[in-house]
Amino acid sequence: MAKPSPKDRKYTKEHEWTKSDGGNTVTMGITDHAQELLTDVVYVELPAVGRKVKQMQPIAVVESVKSVSDIFAPVSGEVMEVNQALEATPELINKDAFGEGWIAKIKMDDPSELDGLMTAEVYEEHIKANPH
Amino acid sequence: MKKTSLYERHLALGATMTEFGGWAMPVQYSGVIDEHRNTRTLAGLFDVCHMGEIEVRGPQALELLQWVMSRNLAKQQIGEMKLSAITNPKGGIIDDVTVYKKGDDHYMVVTNASTREGDLEWILKAKGEKGFSKADVTDLSEATGKIDIQGPIAQKILSEIVEGDLAALRFYHAIDTRVAGIPALVSRSGYTGEDGFEVYTTAARIGEIWDLLLSIGDSHGIKPAGLGARDTLRLEAGMMLFGHEMCQTVTPYEVVYGWVTDLEKDFIGREALKKQKEQGVRKKLIGFELIDRGIARHGYPVWAAGEKIGEVTSGTFSPTLGKAIGLAFVPVAFKEPGTALEIEIRNQRVKASVVPLPFYKRKK
Repeated sequence: MAKPSPKDRKYTKEHEWTKSDGGNTVTMGITDHAQELLTDVVYVELPAVGRKVKQMQPIAVVESVKSVSDIFAPVSGEVMEVNQALEATPELINKDAFGEGWIAKIKMDDPSELDGLMTAEVYEEHIKANPH
Repeated sequence: MKKTSLYERHLALGATMTEFGGWAMPVQYSGVIDEHRNTRTLAGLFDVCHMGEIEVRGPQALELLQWVMSRNLAKQQIGEMKLSAITNPKGGIIDDVTVYKKGDDHYMVVTNASTREGDLEWILKAKGEKGFSKADVTDLSEATGKIDIQGPIAQKILSEIVEGDLAALRFYHAIDTRVAGIPALVSRSGYTGEDGFEVYTTAARIGEIWDLLLSIGDSHGIKPAGLGARDTLRLEAGMMLFGHEMCQTVTPYEVVYGWVTDLEKDFIGREALKKQKEQGVRKKLIGFELIDRGIARHGYPVWAAGEKIGEVTSGTFSPTLGKAIGLAFVPVAFKEPGTALEIEIRNQRVKASVVPLPFYKRKK
């Protein structure tokens, strides 16, 4: 069973989370439900620092033993930092999707985009309705 | 989605479920890599109730099977199982199956999940066309439950609840026996590249055997394993999966099923296969490993010498070898181990090399 989605962040339908770092910067990653669907993560293709991303466009690629999945930018902005630890230990996403398995930090172009994302409660309803 | 009789047990074990061939099946319980390694070192237990079982009985049972199967079953003994392809008139593979000879004029054909209905129709059509009225074909899939116990200690665990001597059971042989007191068919076979067994009983009672194997096997280290591990295990062992390596436009000679094809007897597809064998195949299934980082997947293009030459059929990260491996079709000129290839992954070509199959072979 997936770990509960923390209430201190916002979620996308595609199972990404964002958490405010203060100011206009957010940390993003994928949810515990997403890592369960993916199975064991064995490779992560991270974006270059400085890359400009648009909301819901691919920002990273996560490969598991079973499948490959695009990870989407939950907000538009510039990639400020990526989680380098994932290059050597991609399994951090399985172990701690909401913490040590974070993927990138993004400086937002338009913080109002966050208003369009789901709260933890709405996201939990979303995955109950769409378990796969 | 259809559910196997073990469905509730998978949920209780905390499995992640997925759709496969119209069935709700477990992908993983503790994790694909953990289940994979556990099966290679100790034992894994797999729900394979979704597979099909078709019984063929009667005085013309063998005649019908000989007409439908690429394999020559004339000398098959009671208690032997045989791998075979079912081919169409062009020699294309309709399914790959195992055929158990349970008695005189009594066979069981075990099919893939997604191909079961098509196989049944195909066999019935062949029966009608040839007028084999004394061959009775019955779909036993709904009433049958099947689990696989695989791994180096599978025999030790299963022996505790099986009647008879498993040590004496040879590879690709089966016995009618009792497991946990329940009538069952047990064969030494599987889809992982390890020693192990396939256990068939009724769908109603398979759960009792599943529970008992997990409880008595617990102290030995048995774990349930899902379709994720089943796929990585079979791929390391160089075993093919219908819908990936095989389909109706691929012939046994283009994959590694030349040995289950006997042109000396008559069967559907023989003429086309005979011609292909004489002329030689153009493409061939090969194994490759990636030299650069990345993972190849079903459908990715294969390049060599600056040209697109083929396509990946299956690919994953091999937990045992610690590298990315895969199967692909390439023109025969590129089939030799050591040949340099490139796999196109998300518009970038990465280096790969043809390697001999299987990728993994267990120590005996």
